[in-house]
Amino acid sequence: MTATDTHRAIDAVWRIESPRLIAGLARIVRDVGLAEELAQDALVTALEQWPESGVPDNPGAWLMTTAKRRAIDHFRRNKRIDRKHQELGYELEARRGGAAADLDAALDDDIGDDLLRLMFTACHPVLSTEARIALTLRLVGGLTTEEIARAYLVSEPTVAQRIVRAKRTLAEARIPFEVPRGAERAARLSSVLEVLYLVFNEGYSATAGEDWMRPALCEDALRLGRILAELAPKEPEVHGLAALMEIQASRSGARIGPSGEPILLLDQNRARWDQLLIHRGLAALERAHELGGARGPYALQAEIAACHARARAPDETDWARIAALYDALAQVAPSPIVELNRGVAVSMASGPQAGLEVVDRLTAEPLLKGYHLLPSVRGDLLAKLGRFDESRAEFERAAALTRNARERELLLARAGAVATVRPRT
Amino acid sequence: MRFMVLVKADKTSETGVFPDGSDKLLAEMGKYNEQLMKVGVLLAAEGLHPTSKGARVKFSGAKRTVIDGPFTEAKELVAGFWLIQVKSKEEAIEWVKRAPNPMPGTESEIEIRQVYEEADFGELVAKVPEVFESERRFREGEDAKRKAAQQKTAKT
Repeated sequence: MTATDTHRAIDAVWRIESPRLIAGLARIVRDVGLAEELAQDALVTALEQWPESGVPDNPGAWLMTTAKRRAIDHFRRNKRIDRKHQELGYELEARRGGAAADLDAALDDDIGDDLLRLMFTACHPVLSTEARIALTLRLVGGLTTEEIARAYLVSEPTVAQRIVRAKRTLAEARIPFEVPRGAERAARLSSVLEVLYLVFNEGYSATAGEDWMRPALCEDALRLGRILAELAPKEPEVHGLAALMEIQASRSGARIGPSGEPILLLDQNRARWDQLLIHRGLAALERAHELGGARGPYALQAEIAACHARARAPDETDWARIAALYDALAQVAPSPIVELNRGVAVSMASGPQAGLEVVDRLTAEPLLKGYHLLPSVRGDLLAKLGRFDESRAEFERAAALTRNARERELLLARAGAVATVRPRT
Repeated sequence: MRFMVLVKADKTSETGVFPDGSDKLLAEMGKYNEQLMKVGVLLAAEGLHPTSKGARVKFSGAKRTVIDGPFTEAKELVAGFWLIQVKSKEEAIEWVKRAPNPMPGTESEIEIRQVYEEADFGELVAKVPEVFESERRFREGEDAKRKAAQQKTAKT
């Protein structure tokens, strides 16, 4: 193996092992920031030794052993500073003696719980959304700072700063490294699901930049969603979110045209929808339903996505059912965006006038002020009703609002198309 | 990125008889697949019946010839596969190295192949739009036929 080959192999090992490593260490040292530092130290050692000695047979165990050794050193150095650290140091050293193998086995059993603890901690509501995303992608997703920066179109130092500040906030707020229980659990789980779906959406419909999609981010979110489904299998909304992401991701191959232009759902070539992902999504949705979670917000959104997935052609879409699902969603998770989507479904089920009546009620909605999809939907409905001047104005307004270059091109094209449809006098 | 991971067959897997110790292998494989699931990497995993239960279709011009299994050269045959989603070929290799030996007691081989994504076809699609045009017309034709058939049955 060349040096580059070994480095690529080490990168791959790191991506696989780092979340579990950090999680296991975080439980021992009770501090996510310190855990990551120790894990990074172990990586540095690996980068020094493995090119010579080769990648060990059990790289995870090697990294953990190395990291624990560094932890002991760390606590020894700091023992005069903090009694707690002193105790932890002794604990580690004692275990290092005879029971190392047992400890590793015990850690293995707990690793699922530790990873879950890590997810909850990285998504703690005390952190800003940006911080939660960056920390989760880094610690749980195993992404490098550079990968995160590229995904979110910010500089690497910006992401690095975000992560440093996030770790400091967690330490200062003394956030315990644990899985929340009882009254707190639902809200905390919501926070985790929110982070994952935000990451997915950034990849699925990039809010800014040249590309309309960033598939790697979708893959990362999907992977984290699947991991969470294994870690928290009794939570219906976890399966609901997994289902939603699998089914939406199934359309990735059909959403972009040959010149990189976005293709709307109803115009997509459904032969390019990934049936394996649809199958997985429907299975996850089934699990959500079996757990009694059919009315959860993610499960409802997943059911809407499933309606599209089950239609072999656009005219087979059960729009009435979709409209009803949006009704239900509007009750459990009301928002102007849900109402906007409901308007679209109503227009498909009952005609553009009915849809426009729903959508028109949103024009004064402050939350939708800068949201390009509102004028975009209005533009579409107005065109269908023959109100071409208004339609064109709406598409132009929408184009001005979106920060995504591809989306803007699409909207301007639609404005242009409406202009030519106008009957000439 | 997606990779198809192919387990190469051997004489034993081709017999279709599970040899001694297979229950142990199945348990280990089960645990391995569970691991792949737990890290969100597994898309699909299946074993294939021996070629004695399979067939081949030979294409020669317009001619189609069907040949029933079994087929020889066991090492060229596929006994099972995984479909995994990972960030790089190196990651796929790392995961495959951690799999239990699919043919315990003997040497075996697992092949790793990257799956084409839609984006990989980009250039090609731009050059032959009429392929998709005809696809679309075909689908519309099929849809129309189906609708007509539905209306017929609705009337009867």
